[in-house]
Amino acid sequence: MPQVFHPSTNTVARASVFGGLFLIAAVVYAGNAFLRSSYVTQADVVRDQPVPFSHDHHVAGLGIDCRYCHSTVETAAFAGMPSTEVCMGCHSQIWKDSPLLAPVRESYAEGKPLAWTRVYDVPDFVYFDHSIHVAKGIACQSCHGPVDRMPLMRKATTLHMEWCLACHRHPELAVREREDMFKFERASTRQAGTVADGTFEIGPRFGGDHELANQGQRLVQQYGIVTKQLTDCVICHR
Amino acid sequence: MTDSTHAFDAQTTVPAGVRFARSGPSYWRSLEEYAQTPEFEELLHREFPSQLDQWNDPIGRRRFLTLMAASLAFGGIAGCTRPPQETIVPYVKAPEEIVPGKPLFYATAMPRGGYALGLLVESHLGRPTKIEGNPEHPSSLGATDAIAQASILSLYDPDRSQTVMHRGAISTWDKFMTEMAAQREKLVASRGAGLRILTETVTSPTLSGQLRVLLEELPEARWHQYDPSARDNVRLGARQAFGQDADVVYSFDKADVVLSLDADFLLAFPGSVRYARDFIDRRRVSSGKADMNRLYVVESTPTITGAMAEHRLPLRPSQIEPLARAIAGRLGIERSASAVKLPAGVSEAWLNAVVKDLEEHRGTSLVIAGDGQPPAVHALVHAINGALENVGQSLSYIQPVEAQPVIHHQSLVELLADMEGGRVETLVILGGNPVYSAPSRLGFADKLKQVARKIHLSEYDDETSFLCDWHIPAAHYLESWSDARAFDGTATILQPLIAPLYGGKTAHEVLAVLRGRTGRTSFEIVQAHWRQEMDDDQFGTAWRKAVHDGVLRAAERIDPSRFRVEASGGIGRRPQPEAQTGSGTVEVEFRLDAALGDGSLANNGWLQELPKPLSKIVWDNVASLSAATAQRLGVENGDVVEITLDGRSLRGPVWIAPGQPDDCLSLTLGYGRTRSGRVGNGVGYRAAEIMPADGARFAVGASVRRTGEKHPISTTQSHHAMEGRDIVRVTMHQRVTDDSQSATPHSDELPSLYPEYEYTGNAWGMVIDQTACIGCNACVVACQAENNIPIVGKEQVAVGREMHWLRIDRYHVGGLDNPETYFQPMMCVHCEKAPCEVVCPVAATVHDSEGTSNMIYNRCVGTRYCSNNCPYKVRRFNYLQYTDETTPSLKLLRNPDVTVRSRGVMEKCSYCIQRISAGRIAAKIENRPIADGEVVTACQQACPTRAIVFGNLNDPQSQVRRLKESPLNYGVLAELNTVPRTTYLARVTNPHPDLPMPAAAELHGEPKVHADPNKAES
Repeated sequence: MPQVFHPSTNTVARASVFGGLFLIAAVVYAGNAFLRSSYVTQADVVRDQPVPFSHDHHVAGLGIDCRYCHSTVETAAFAGMPSTEVCMGCHSQIWKDSPLLAPVRESYAEGKPLAWTRVYDVPDFVYFDHSIHVAKGIACQSCHGPVDRMPLMRKATTLHMEWCLACHRHPELAVREREDMFKFERASTRQAGTVADGTFEIGPRFGGDHELANQGQRLVQQYGIVTKQLTDCVICHR
Repeated sequence: MTDSTHAFDAQTTVPAGVRFARSGPSYWRSLEEYAQTPEFEELLHREFPSQLDQWNDPIGRRRFLTLMAASLAFGGIAGCTRPPQETIVPYVKAPEEIVPGKPLFYATAMPRGGYALGLLVESHLGRPTKIEGNPEHPSSLGATDAIAQASILSLYDPDRSQTVMHRGAISTWDKFMTEMAAQREKLVASRGAGLRILTETVTSPTLSGQLRVLLEELPEARWHQYDPSARDNVRLGARQAFGQDADVVYSFDKADVVLSLDADFLLAFPGSVRYARDFIDRRRVSSGKADMNRLYVVESTPTITGAMAEHRLPLRPSQIEPLARAIAGRLGIERSASAVKLPAGVSEAWLNAVVKDLEEHRGTSLVIAGDGQPPAVHALVHAINGALENVGQSLSYIQPVEAQPVIHHQSLVELLADMEGGRVETLVILGGNPVYSAPSRLGFADKLKQVARKIHLSEYDDETSFLCDWHIPAAHYLESWSDARAFDGTATILQPLIAPLYGGKTAHEVLAVLRGRTGRTSFEIVQAHWRQEMDDDQFGTAWRKAVHDGVLRAAERIDPSRFRVEASGGIGRRPQPEAQTGSGTVEVEFRLDAALGDGSLANNGWLQELPKPLSKIVWDNVASLSAATAQRLGVENGDVVEITLDGRSLRGPVWIAPGQPDDCLSLTLGYGRTRSGRVGNGVGYRAAEIMPADGARFAVGASVRRTGEKHPISTTQSHHAMEGRDIVRVTMHQRVTDDSQSATPHSDELPSLYPEYEYTGNAWGMVIDQTACIGCNACVVACQAENNIPIVGKEQVAVGREMHWLRIDRYHVGGLDNPETYFQPMMCVHCEKAPCEVVCPVAATVHDSEGTSNMIYNRCVGTRYCSNNCPYKVRRFNYLQYTDETTPSLKLLRNPDVTVRSRGVMEKCSYCIQRISAGRIAAKIENRPIADGEVVTACQQACPTRAIVFGNLNDPQSQVRRLKESPLNYGVLAELNTVPRTTYLARVTNPHPDLPMPAAAELHGEPKVHADPNKAES
C-alpha cells in the first residue's frame, strides 16, 4: 500500500504551521492598521462644509485671533461656534457679493442657522472641556494642529484615547506658556520629546530638548496640574 | 392598645396567615421579616429576588444558541459602523448670556393647591432640566419637595394635551376666541347671567384681579372655587374661633414642644418645606446646642411627621376631637363635661405628660391640628395656643393668602345646585379636574350635562375635559407668566422657562378672552397688574428685580391681640352630628396621597414609582389598616376588599400599616384616574367614589367585606434588608449632652488586604444626619432628575429592579400596634476599600484620586459582580432598556452633563460627579481650592432639613469634616472595614422623662453611639 501522503506534504505541513501563525499575525496587523487608518479615524480627511471656510486665510492671512469666533473657549466646555452675525460683521462689508458666502447671507436674512459638519467629535461618554485645557497651558495647536495652514478644516489627530492619555500622563511635554495659547508655530526643531503615534518619549535620547523638558516641569508646577489626577477615569468619563 | 409597647403581644396583633416567631425589640422592615416567613428568608438570600423566574421559559438550548449567534453577528456588524456624523448649529444671532454647556438659573415658583413654592430652575440652552429651591424665598430657603422635583417631568410629558378640542374634534384657539366673542355679546346683554367660573384655590393677585374686574362687568356671573386639597376645616375653624378669616403661620424655630393633632406638617402643609427646616433646626444637637425640641403626634395612619415624634399615639380620626377637648379641659379653657372623658387608647400618663410639657413651655409650645380634622378641633387648637401664649411667638396670624377665602366644598355645592336648577349656561373651569376629584355623591358629572356650554382649561385631556365642549390645553407653570403667593403671603412672579411646548394657554389668557380682550398675552396681563401695584417711576427696575429675585413682599403679621378665644364650654362645637355615619363598624379617612397628592400629577412616572414614605409601595394606593383589624377581617396584604360607606362602595387592596389604629381604614386620593395619560390610567382605586357628601375627610360606620381577590402590590420595602445588623442607631438627647459620654472616637484600624492610598487633594465625603432626615423623598426625586434615572414600572419593581440610586430605608422597632420608625437614606457610601471594584473584570468601576468610587459606563459589560459584592446593595442594573430614548420631548429633559445609560449597564450614586467636575474646573481655572459648599450634591440641595452634608474631608474647616468628628458619627457596616466615605449621625430623640424611652435607644449600648467608622463593633 503506497504512502497516503507524498513527501512534499511535509513541506506543506511545515509551511502551514508557520504560515498559519504568520497569517494570524498578518490579520491582526492589518486589522490594527485598518482601525488606525484615516479611513476609519477620519484624521486628516477634509469634510464638506456649507461654506468652504479657510482658517489659513483668516488666521495666517488676516491674523484674526481664535477667540474672535470661538469666543467661549476660555470659559466653557464648548469652544463656541460663531453665530452668523459674527460672520456678517465683516462680510456685510467685504466679499459681500461672493457666491461662496451665499449660504451665510441667506442664513442671516432668513434667520436659519448654518449647520457645520463637526470635525472634532468625541463620543458622548467623553466630557471634554476646552476651558480647563486652555487655562492649564494646552494650546489650540496641541490638539487641532496647524490650523493656520488648513485651507479646509480637518482633524489633525486620531482622537484615540491613547492619544489623549499621552498628554494626560505627561502634561509636562505639552504645556506651554499662557501667552502662547493662541499662537501657531511652524514646526520647530526644538521639542521636549518625540511624539510617536500616541506616546511621548522624553529626553535627548529621543531627540528631545532638556531645556524645554525642564520648562514643561516648571509650568506643570506653576499651573498646579496634578498629574496623577489626570488619569482618573472620571476626569473624562462619567 | 398601649401607647408605646415594647414587648410584643402576640395575642392581639397576629394578622391572618402570618406566623410570629420572635419577641422583644429589634429592627424590622416588613411584616414578613417580623414573622420570619420562608418567603422573606428566600428574599434575603437572593441579590435580586425572583429574577430567575424570568429565565424559566421553555426556550430550548437550540433557540438560545440561534439567538446568541445572531446577536453576536449583528453586534459585530453594528460595532463596525462609524458613529453618526454630527453637525454644529450655531445661532444666527447669539442671545446674550447663553453659553452652550453653561446652565442658567431663573427664579419662579410652583403653585400647588394654589400656594407657591419658590424655585430656581436650571436651564440648558433654553430647556429647563432641573428644579432647585430658591434660597431667598421663605417657603423654600433653597430646598424643595418631591412633587416640585418631579414636576419637571410633567412639563415634557408627551401625554399632555396638545390641541384645543371642541366636542371631541380637534379645533383651534382662534375658533375658540371667535365663539367666545359671539358669546360675550350675549353675556354683556344679560349682565353675565348664567356664567359660572370654577377655579382651584386662587392666590394669584393677577388672576383674582382679572376675576374681580370680570365680575364687576358681569355682576350676574359667579366665581366658584373647588380644590380637592383645599383646607376648608382650617378656614371654618378660624371662623368659629375668631369670627373672621385668618391664616396661621407657624414658627417652628421658636417652638420647644410641638403637639400635632393629626397634622402632617412636615409633608402636607402649604409651607411644609420651610416648616421642616425650622422644625429640624430646633432639633439638631450636633450643632453644639444643648436644647432640643420635642414632638408629640396623635394621628391615625402613620405619616412621616408621626415617625419623627418622640411620642406617637395612634388614634382614630374621630377620637381626636375628644382628646383635644380633654387637653383644653386640663388647660382650663374648655369647661364642658366631655372635657374630662378620655378616648379609649389614651392613657392618663400620656395626657398628663403632654399637658405638663405644654404648660411648662408657655410661649414656646405649639399645637397644630390637621386639615382633615373638623373645624371644632381647629377652634380648640386656636384656644389652646392662645391660652399657652403662643400667639405672636411660635405662631402668628396673617390675612388669608387666598385671594377670596371661601369654603370650597360649600362653593362647589352651590355651583352644583345652580347647575341642577338650570341656572348655569356657560361654565368655565380654569384648571382642576372636578369630575374626578369631587366626591361621587355630589354627582358633578351628571349635573355637568345640564350645562349648555362647558369650557375646561387643563394640562391634560382628562375626565372633566371629556365631558366638556371646549378643552383648552393649559400651559405648564414652567411655560407661563403668572404669579402666586406662598404660605406666608410672599408673592412671586412666575416666569416661563420655555415657550409652551404644546401651545398651552394660561388662565389669564382665557379670562382675557372672556373679557373680550383677545390677543392679550399672559406677560402683558401679569405686567399690567403689577404696574398698578408698583411705583410708577421705578416700574422697570422694580419689575425686573421682582422677576429676577422671585420674591416680593410678604404679608404682614396681624396684631395677635385680635385673636383671642375666651374659655367656654364646647368650643367650636357644631350643632349637627360630627361625622357621617353608616351602619358598619369601621372608620374610613381620606388623605391626599403622600406621593401623588390630589392626583393632578398622576401621569408622572417619577411620582408613581416613588416609594411611599412608610409603606414603600409604588404604583398603587392601598387601604391601610392595623394588623389586628386585618386579622379580624381575615385579610392579608394585597387582599382586595369592598369598602362600603353609606350606600356607595369601592374595591381596593388592603395593606397592614404598623402603627395604624384599630378599626380604621386610611384611603388616599390621587389614584384611580381614567384619563390621566398612559402612565397614570387605571392605577389604584378612586377614593372620591365613597367620600362623604359633606366634605368631611373621615367618616365612621363603613363596612368592609372580603372579596377573595388578590391584587399584586409592588413595594421596595422588603428588598435590601440588612439582616438585623446595627444599621440605624438611636440615642437619647440626655446622653448626648452629658459630657462624660462624649468619648473620642477610636482610631485603631483593622488590617486590610487593600493597598493603602493617601488622598492628598480633595477627599469627598458625606454625612447624613438621621435626626434631621424626615423621610420626605425630596432627595430621591432630585437624584432621579439630576442623574437621568429611568423608571421601570410596577412589574420590574416587584422583582427588585427599581433604579433609584438613592433610597430611603425605613426601619421599625417595637410592636405592630405602635412601632417607632426610623429613616435612613441609603446610597453608594463610596467605600475607600470598595469591595465592588476589585471584582470588576473590566475595571469599569474604579476609584479616583479624590476618593469617589466611579462607574465608567462605557467600560461596563454588565457582569453584575460588583453588585454581588456590594454589602450595601446600592448598585442598580439596567436589566432592560429602561430609558426611553425615542420620545422626542423626553430628550429635552435629560441632564446633558450625565451619560444616559442603556441596557446592560450597572449604575449607582456618583456623588454627583458632574457637579464635582464642574466645581473642580471652575476652581482650577482660578487656581484656588474648591470652597466648602461650592460643590453641592442634588440630594443635599433638595433636602428641606439639610440632613445631607457633602464636602471635602481634607479641609479642616469644612462642615462635613466637623460633623465627622461628632461622637454621633458612625459608618454603616463599618465592621466590614469598607471605610465608607458616607457616614451617619445617630438619631437623637428627646423623650419626656415621665414617658417610656424609645425602644431603639435600648437596643444599643453606649459605645455603639460613639463607634468610629474604622472601628469594628464588639
